[in-house]
Amino acid sequence: MPNTIPDVSNSLTRSASFQLVWLGIAATLGFALLMVLLSWASALTGSGSSTLNAIDAESGTLTLQLSTEPPQLDSTRATDSVSIMILGHVMEGLLRFDANNQLVPGVAERWEIREDGATFWLREDARWSDGLPVTAHDFSFAWHTALAPETASEYAFILYPLKNAEAINTGTLPSDALGVRAVNDRVLEVEFEQPLAYFEELVAFPTYNPIREDFYRNRDGRYGADVEDLLYNGPFEMTVWVHGAHLRLEKNTDYWDRERVRLNVIDIPYFTTDTTAALNLYKDGQIAIVDYLGAEQLDEVLQQRWELLRFGDGSVWFLAFNFDPGRVTSNWHLRKALQLVTDPSELVNRIIKLPGNLPGESLFPVWLQGIDGFFRQEYPAPQIALDASAAREHLRLAMEELGLDEPPSLALLVDDTPGAGRQAEYFQNLYGTQLGIDIRIDRQIFKQRLAKMQNQDFDIATYGWGPDFADPLTFGELFASWNPNNNGRFSNQEYDQSVRLAQSSLDPRIRMDAFGRQQEILSEEVALIPNYERGRVYIKDRRLQGVVRRAVGPDPDFTNAYIVETP
Amino acid sequence: MTEFSLTAEDFERVSVERRVQTIVRPSLSYWQDAWVRLAANRRALASLYIVIALLLFTVAGPWVWTVDPTAQDLDQLSTPPGADRRAQIVEPYAPWNGVFATVTESLADTVGATAEIQLVQPASTQAVRLVWAPVLGASGYRVYRNVYDPAPDGAVGLPLAEIYDPRQVSYEDLLDLTPTRYWYSVIATDQSGREAEEYTTLAVDTIRVITAAEAQTRGLVDLETPLSLGDEVRVSFHPLGTDYLGRDMLARLMYGARVSLFIGIIAPFFFVLTGILYGSAAGFIGGRVDQVLMRFADFVVALPFLLFMILFKIAFGIGPGESGVVPMLVALVVLSWPATARLVRGQILQIREEAYIGASQLLGAKTHYLILRHMIPNTVGVVLVTLTFAVPTVIFVEAFLSFIGMGVAPPTPSWGSMCNEGIQTMLNHPHELILPAVLISLTVLAFNLLGDGLRDALDARMRSRE
Amino acid sequence: MYAYTLKRLIQGVITVWFIATATFVAMHSVPGDPLLNERGVNEEIRRNLEERYGFDRPIFDQYLIYMANMAKGDFGISFTQQNRSVNDIIREHFPVSATLGVLAIVFAGLGGVLWGALTALYRNRLPDVIVMFLVILGISVPSFVIAALSQLALVGLNDLVGFSVLPVAGWGSILHMLIPSLVLGLGTMAFLTRLMRSSMLEIVNADFIRTAYSKGLPPTRVFIKHQLRNAILPVITVLGPAIAAITTGGFVVELVFAIPGLGRFFVQAVQQLDYTVIMGTTVFYGAFLVFMVIAVDLIYGLVDPRVRLE
Repeated sequence: MPNTIPDVSNSLTRSASFQLVWLGIAATLGFALLMVLLSWASALTGSGSSTLNAIDAESGTLTLQLSTEPPQLDSTRATDSVSIMILGHVMEGLLRFDANNQLVPGVAERWEIREDGATFWLREDARWSDGLPVTAHDFSFAWHTALAPETASEYAFILYPLKNAEAINTGTLPSDALGVRAVNDRVLEVEFEQPLAYFEELVAFPTYNPIREDFYRNRDGRYGADVEDLLYNGPFEMTVWVHGAHLRLEKNTDYWDRERVRLNVIDIPYFTTDTTAALNLYKDGQIAIVDYLGAEQLDEVLQQRWELLRFGDGSVWFLAFNFDPGRVTSNWHLRKALQLVTDPSELVNRIIKLPGNLPGESLFPVWLQGIDGFFRQEYPAPQIALDASAAREHLRLAMEELGLDEPPSLALLVDDTPGAGRQAEYFQNLYGTQLGIDIRIDRQIFKQRLAKMQNQDFDIATYGWGPDFADPLTFGELFASWNPNNNGRFSNQEYDQSVRLAQSSLDPRIRMDAFGRQQEILSEEVALIPNYERGRVYIKDRRLQGVVRRAVGPDPDFTNAYIVETP
Repeated sequence: MTEFSLTAEDFERVSVERRVQTIVRPSLSYWQDAWVRLAANRRALASLYIVIALLLFTVAGPWVWTVDPTAQDLDQLSTPPGADRRAQIVEPYAPWNGVFATVTESLADTVGATAEIQLVQPASTQAVRLVWAPVLGASGYRVYRNVYDPAPDGAVGLPLAEIYDPRQVSYEDLLDLTPTRYWYSVIATDQSGREAEEYTTLAVDTIRVITAAEAQTRGLVDLETPLSLGDEVRVSFHPLGTDYLGRDMLARLMYGARVSLFIGIIAPFFFVLTGILYGSAAGFIGGRVDQVLMRFADFVVALPFLLFMILFKIAFGIGPGESGVVPMLVALVVLSWPATARLVRGQILQIREEAYIGASQLLGAKTHYLILRHMIPNTVGVVLVTLTFAVPTVIFVEAFLSFIGMGVAPPTPSWGSMCNEGIQTMLNHPHELILPAVLISLTVLAFNLLGDGLRDALDARMRSRE
Repeated sequence: MYAYTLKRLIQGVITVWFIATATFVAMHSVPGDPLLNERGVNEEIRRNLEERYGFDRPIFDQYLIYMANMAKGDFGISFTQQNRSVNDIIREHFPVSATLGVLAIVFAGLGGVLWGALTALYRNRLPDVIVMFLVILGISVPSFVIAALSQLALVGLNDLVGFSVLPVAGWGSILHMLIPSLVLGLGTMAFLTRLMRSSMLEIVNADFIRTAYSKGLPPTRVFIKHQLRNAILPVITVLGPAIAAITTGGFVVELVFAIPGLGRFFVQAVQQLDYTVIMGTTVFYGAFLVFMVIAVDLIYGLVDPRVRLE
């Protein structure tokens, strides 16, 4: 019998194909509709300005990317570098740093520093963004607020040079005991707790910024949280702040020194920590600066023939030891052994591989000023000659003193960034092969690492310290025995005395000699092993000029930046 | 309509068949049948071979390729695979004090060009030492280095150093030197930091060098062979290249395989085991107990997987020197067992209703006989397939967590963390990313295909269609 | 039906409670102190912070307070961004992740159904082979590799063409959403294609299809009304967990493409031990997923009349 069952598949295929095509068209149209709907929805949360290019000379607009957004902009509580950078653009204190990183008048027209205190005379034309003048009372209020225990400001300590500040901050004295007084709208009187050589440097710090009392009280505890919760007295004012998505600064036409501000808009529509994404944005012409380049991206940058700039961010990175008597690292011979095999040059040149980093020689970085010139030129750091056999001898002595048969095993505490991981692996291999010491890597996220450091739960830790103000004291006092940031609890009487001397003396020679002595003690006692002074390379559009980089103060600073048509 | 013409012969008997039933082929048990089917499926077979090869690579590999995965060779950072390289013997590094010149004042407005740059000694990967003639009126110098010729547009490259002392007319470059051609430019700066308009560039070819002590420590030469300066030795050979710390990629991949596959096989094993016990208990007992047990399983399923993996990892914390493998294993098992439990329970419930169970009971079978003879064998197929599919999922999870930094701790290698490191150097040294990524993909693929093949082979429904 | 829905909803609420408790337990067994910051803080300040966040009470009290607040919909204030409430953070960033996720699902669903149907039709012929190869790649290559490579490809494309065809990163317009959501949906699309394909193939051999033919129904009608509809069922089931995978797995995409979504915020919060944000986000996500799964189950029940709900 013939086969009369129809061949289903062929005709099915044909017609089904037609059906599929119709389905496809319908789907595409529905899809387009969905896109329109979604785009409307996302416009409520998005940056929206994706069509602007990195630099728009006509409108004077600059487009940037930041790694994170400022958590909040309350100057009494700001601690991170991004907040400080933004505050440096939208607010201004008594003093500010100019294009050459010198302290120049800000809101204060002139000032006088005496042994027991200071007086600041404010200028007439300093105004807030709502038109009202900036008065001495605003400064007084801000400083009182920063010190109030309820504010829980982490930078309150920077106000401690003020009379009774520390007592107020710990709750021992009431707030009105503070040695700050607004004589009238234009004059601010300050009393010091003890004579201070570097008060000017401190005053430029954001915690010393003014805040208007009536506005602050008006915001219901939300001061600094959003665009409308801030008043601006700086070169720029913030006009848009969509958290995590978009930040926009526009030139403040009420700013007293508006002549020097040449940009009109600073637009920040991108927030990402991914350096590759940032580089891609730069390549695409969307942003004008990529501030942080990793060593792996250098080749790409060279190939593109972009201009590379270097910048030392002023911080010092070193290995810190735990001086608790129960720990093996409290033994001097052991530390000496480690010091004699550690080559900072190898770390910087082979592991970190970024220009801008200098091999570490001392706790005090090269950029610090001494008496007449650079501190490190006047007081050179003690040079350590690497010696593997002497190191092994020290290790043997250490083992004898500690009563060990084998080299000890040490826990190395690092944070969880990729760079820190590399360094940890490097040190593990180094000490393992040179000395036979087993290093166990303890990689912790930020908060947990801090916890461990403060509980002295480590043997060695990688640690970095950035300057709060431009004076060697910000580094020197790190190893004073009373400093809570001296996590290893290094304690040396002579060192403590030297720090106290540097704090209270006004004579530059005496102070610098003290710092020189501190540097020597740290090296002799092997209180730390300096690794490197951090720096970075970055790329910047050639049409953008006048960008200022700083180790201390708002960085990068665009308040003097301008655009040239042809570089 | 077709015409037939029938004759008497058509109605004659054809033949007498005594035996109607014959055995056409040997009787196959369920497993034998499954294996035959699996073997016939070419893709599944190929993936089985791949899986076996991977296991061999992981387990037996380190015995064959005995290089230490933690040994760092800082002279061979991130080298690409293959290639035979030689190095010259040189003296060990000695610090250099540099060259200083006397400074004469200049009346000119702008700063002149650097006249000439010279090498103090032959350029090598140990150091490149430059010296130049002092420029009139300079307050300092800037040294740049590029791997491309700056000539056409003045792209001088990396800013190596900024010299503030006008007397210093030398510079020693130690930064990440590899055997290649570098272009060094030295530009004079004036008092305000502005650079001179003109400058000189020097092209330098560096050669790979090594000290005699290094060569001996690394076992590149016999201890008896006398080495003099200028001799050439072959540096250690790395068939798959090295990573960012100079560690051998092949060795790292093997040890990474151990970690990844260890997690990838042990974790599924445990959570499947837990799932079986839990699910069969629930399915078999039935009733309220079943309801309660399943409710609890549902709750665990509802926990957002990745979020809790991260939370678990943070909660456990990883102490110094620990690798973080155990917390990850525990977290995986705790979060994944309910899915298997559900599956097994479903199977048990289904089987319970089957006719042959009832028939078996009628024939007098005891409970444990039912479990052993009927229920377990019928669930094993499903379980095996789940297991095979679970492996790539877990490997992916581990890779993903390592990628966002929540995986195993250094220096323990795993394919995921190697990918994480490799992504950063993707453009310059693609092999650091490609090798682990390919291995991950291959493993995932092989297990997926194997799982497919197993499922097809073990599927009883399809069997009845043969 | 209504009774079933009610029952599922109640179950959902209990599940969310379970999730919240589990999160609370996990967070409080984490070593480390969320109030720490780099510059050591003195006693008074610390006490104030503790009071503000309620750390000075015993754990069980904290738990009760937390649950009570959560019932009111208040997740507290973020630790690191002390002027923003967790609700604000979720409210501002979840829509971004949701948009990304929805688009990814749309891509995955459409693509999966279309490609799957296509390969089932042209089984073992050229289109099938090509698509299955791509599917295999999509399943085996890790998502972060795909994300990084796609961004590179975009940059190359923009370079080649000379102007910016599609933005390389960022968020704000339709164009910003296309590539990231495509990348995010690729894995699920591949999976759905395979699922759709095998489902279609199974159905083709099913009895009711043959019955339909033998009844004389036109092949087209058979295809659309029976084959396609039945094959989609397993796809719908998988869609529930797929939504889960996509919303949480969006983190890599958000990182690589600089998208301000909730996933990225979550990981940042974890790195900074921002308790309130972590708990709030986890509970929020958990609740979202629970109710999505319920919704999918209900839809499944609507689509498939055979399902007799327990």
